[in-house]
Amino acid sequence: MSSVDEVANEAPAVEAVPKRAMTLGYGTSLVVLALLIIGPMFVKNFIVFQMTMLLIYALAVLALNILTGGSGQFSLGQSAFYAVGAYTSAILMEHMGVNYALTLPIAGIICFGFGFLFGQPALRLSGIYLALATFALAVAMPQLLKLGFFEHWTGGVQGLVVTKPDAPFGLPISQDRWLYYFTLVVSIGIYIASVNLLKSRSGRAFMAIRDNEIAASAMGVDVALYKTLAFGVSAGITGVAGGLGAIAVQFVAPDGYTITLAISLFLGMVVGGVGWLPGSIVGSAFIIFVPNIAEHISKGLSGAVFGVLLFLVIFLVPHGARQVAIVAQQLIGKLKK
Amino acid sequence: MELFINQVLAGIATGAIYACMALAVVMIYQAIDHLNFAQGEMAMFSTFIAWQLMQWGVPYWWAFLLTLAFSFAGGIAIERMLFKPLAKAPVLTNVAGFIALFAIVNSVAGLTWDFTIKQFPTPFGSSPFLGSQLISTHQAGMIGVTVGLLILLYLFFQFTRIGLAMRAAASLPESARLVGINTSWMIALGWGMASAIGAIAGILIAPVVFLEPNMMGGVLIYGFAAAVLGGLTSPLGAVIGGFLVGVFENLAGTYIPGVGNELKLPIALALIITVLVLKPAGLFGRPIVKRV
Repeated sequence: MSSVDEVANEAPAVEAVPKRAMTLGYGTSLVVLALLIIGPMFVKNFIVFQMTMLLIYALAVLALNILTGGSGQFSLGQSAFYAVGAYTSAILMEHMGVNYALTLPIAGIICFGFGFLFGQPALRLSGIYLALATFALAVAMPQLLKLGFFEHWTGGVQGLVVTKPDAPFGLPISQDRWLYYFTLVVSIGIYIASVNLLKSRSGRAFMAIRDNEIAASAMGVDVALYKTLAFGVSAGITGVAGGLGAIAVQFVAPDGYTITLAISLFLGMVVGGVGWLPGSIVGSAFIIFVPNIAEHISKGLSGAVFGVLLFLVIFLVPHGARQVAIVAQQLIGKLKK
Repeated sequence: MELFINQVLAGIATGAIYACMALAVVMIYQAIDHLNFAQGEMAMFSTFIAWQLMQWGVPYWWAFLLTLAFSFAGGIAIERMLFKPLAKAPVLTNVAGFIALFAIVNSVAGLTWDFTIKQFPTPFGSSPFLGSQLISTHQAGMIGVTVGLLILLYLFFQFTRIGLAMRAAASLPESARLVGINTSWMIALGWGMASAIGAIAGILIAPVVFLEPNMMGGVLIYGFAAAVLGGLTSPLGAVIGGFLVGVFENLAGTYIPGVGNELKLPIALALIITVLVLKPAGLFGRPIVKRV
């Protein structure tokens, strides 16, 4: 339209979040942790299952948060990594008889490699173009899983049934509770690792790239390496979440990992607050429970109710749960004085 | 060879659908710098309005005009009520807003007109065009309308004051404000126009894919793909991108073994990503120069 040398002076897609603001304080973390440990002891198995899914989706949202909030890259393709993780776990357990706990690191490593490789061509893309590329990955994944070529392993359209593990050492708790605590331990481990990653040299490199790619490369950050690394780490964590998801749901099928899942994870990240890791669990709660609430309010209009609730959230708190946390912190600070 | 020509023709016919949608996508991208994920649903809703008017006995062209007016006003209303307050919010929040709008429009349309498939009339008839079995007169008409629309848009943006103001507001909002352009209303106008173009696309597509609340799902993905392939900054590129995607999709389905209907979409998307990796701004887009 206008002349060739148009200058784009736009703000970065993701606003800068200082490192310290990405985590929770020590005391708050302990309270949340205590709630997560004690909570499931008093509720029904179905709710325990839902809490397990809450943690699993929180992991997947966390992974996206590292990618988008940390390194400033956008992805609508997380469902593809989730699917790869889920299938890796399921195939290892059902076809090779590997112990369920051991399948998770393998799923993580395979997804890390997959994400790292996918990050290579994605390097040339940014913003909306990267969104389209990752979107394409998410759209293609269910079709690829259905291919006759892999059918022996993947079970084709029908998918695979996964056996639920029993509690070890004869512990007197139900399978659901055991799986919940197992997931909790994995999640806490990954959360701590992620927090440390973002505090480390690599984390600073991610954030430098997010804030200003040119300045980062001028400071000696290997932009290509760290961008692909962010993709790899994010995919790896999503893969572990996928593996856990397969064990919890006891079933994998191509249609469980469509673009809808990727969009849900994205919404979870926005609602939780982009770049705020503890928000992941809030976002995960949003994408698990709000559709149910919407269904309760009105069956025929559940989509509309969901949309309206989502609009309410982004109107009231455009920065997600992080904003609520900051306001709460300031209030508590005032009360103390 | 005949098979090849036939497939190319059929591809151009489907490509016209994508081109229409891509044009609407590019329009709104010009105005607000975001891809509107709810664009397809807005177009679907407009098409239902047209259908409802015809059910009430309004003649085709009157219904067409009324729908355009309604969509134009609706687009502006959505911008004023929902997205103007979000103008300062982070980009990702805006994307979440589009997804919310998508869910609302889809659900409301589903409840009002239910999910059964409906026939939609065409003003062009559906007899074979120039004796070819592959392109009907409707599809030929669709290509004609798309090209006509493109020319009108070109004239509007190049030769009218308001078109110039819209371009200014989109490329350098601050300077545009300094010379007295009301950039906020230019954005609203962009929404209105995009919504109206979407309505035209919907009305043209509906006779082919039939009318139902989910009719736009697949089309919108191809529309995005076409817009990105052609370059998001160029309406001409979007239209050419649409035809290219249509033709390529058909050829891939015919000539690459093992590609059924299932794999058509992934292959089309893979092609687009390949193009993007080689030419990041799309085929006809201007590369964005960043000031450091």
